[in-house]
Amino acid sequence: MDWNSSLQGLAGGMLIGLSATWLMATLGRIAGISGIIGGLITTRPKGDSAWRLTFLLGLISGPLVLMLLGGGQGNVAGSGVDVTGQVIGEPAGGVALMLVAGLLVGLGTGVGSGCTSGHGVCGLARLSTRSMVATLSFLVAGIITVYVVRHLIGGGA
Amino acid sequence: MKTLMGYIAGLLFGLGVGISGMTDPSRVLGFLDIAGAWDPTLMFVLGGAVVTNFIGYRLTFRRAGPIYGKAFQLPGRQDLDGRLIGGSVLFGIGWGLSGYCPGPALASVGGLTAPLAAMLIAMSAGWFLARAIPGRR
Repeated sequence: MDWNSSLQGLAGGMLIGLSATWLMATLGRIAGISGIIGGLITTRPKGDSAWRLTFLLGLISGPLVLMLLGGGQGNVAGSGVDVTGQVIGEPAGGVALMLVAGLLVGLGTGVGSGCTSGHGVCGLARLSTRSMVATLSFLVAGIITVYVVRHLIGGGA
Repeated sequence: MKTLMGYIAGLLFGLGVGISGMTDPSRVLGFLDIAGAWDPTLMFVLGGAVVTNFIGYRLTFRRAGPIYGKAFQLPGRQDLDGRLIGGSVLFGIGWGLSGYCPGPALASVGGLTAPLAAMLIAMSAGWFLARAIPGRR
C-alpha cells in the first residue's frame, strides 16, 4: 500500500472537511459543489450568486497555489498535465467519452440533488439517510462501471 | 464579507482536492477498480473529510445560526425516492467513465485539456437538463 498517497489523501480530505465546516459556520450552506455551482450556472439566484462565484474562483485557485509552490504537494499517480506535472492528472479518455460522462454527471447530480461533496462529505457528516443511500448508489454504480469498462470490455479507461 | 468567506471555503476545498490527488482521475478510477490494482487514496480522502466535518458541524450547530447569514440552510427531506437513487446511479456511471466528479473537475481548470473542457461543458448542460425533468421539489 502506498502510505504516502494515503496520508496525503487524509490531509487533503481534512482540508475538504474544514472547507465544509467553514461554509456552514460562516454562510450556513452545505458545501455541495453540484448545488453551489450548478445553481450558479442554471439559475444565477439574485443576491445569492456572488459567494458561489468566489467559491468557484477559490476552488480553481487551490491547485494553482500548489503549482506556484512547485507542485511538490500534489499527488498525481502518473504524469500530470499542469505546468509542474504533479498537481492535475491526465483525463482518462478523449473528448467523446468526456461529453457522455459529463452529461451523466451533470444530469445525475442535478436529479439526485448532490454529488460526492454534498451527499458524501456533508450528508454523511449530518448522518442523513438520503445522503447515505445516494453515496452508496453512486459508489456502487461507479464500481460496476469501472469493472465493465476495464475488465469486461477491456479497453477505454 | 460573504464573498470573501465563499472564496476561503473554495480555496480550502481546492487545496484539499489538489493535495489529496483527487484532481487525478486515475486515482479516482483506481479506487473504483476493486478488481484491479486497487488505490485506497479516495477512501482516506472521504474518511478524513467526513470525520473532520462531522466534528466541525457538531461545534457549528451549537450556534443559533451562521456568522454571516440568517439561518443554517439544511435539507429537510427524509424520504427516499426514484430521483435520488436514479440520479445518483447516473452520476456514478459518469463518474466511473471519467474519474471526474464536479469538485475535482472544476478544480482542475488550471490544467485545462480538451477532454476536461468537454467534461465541464457537458456537465453544465446536464445541470440544465436536470431542471427540465419533472418531479422537482
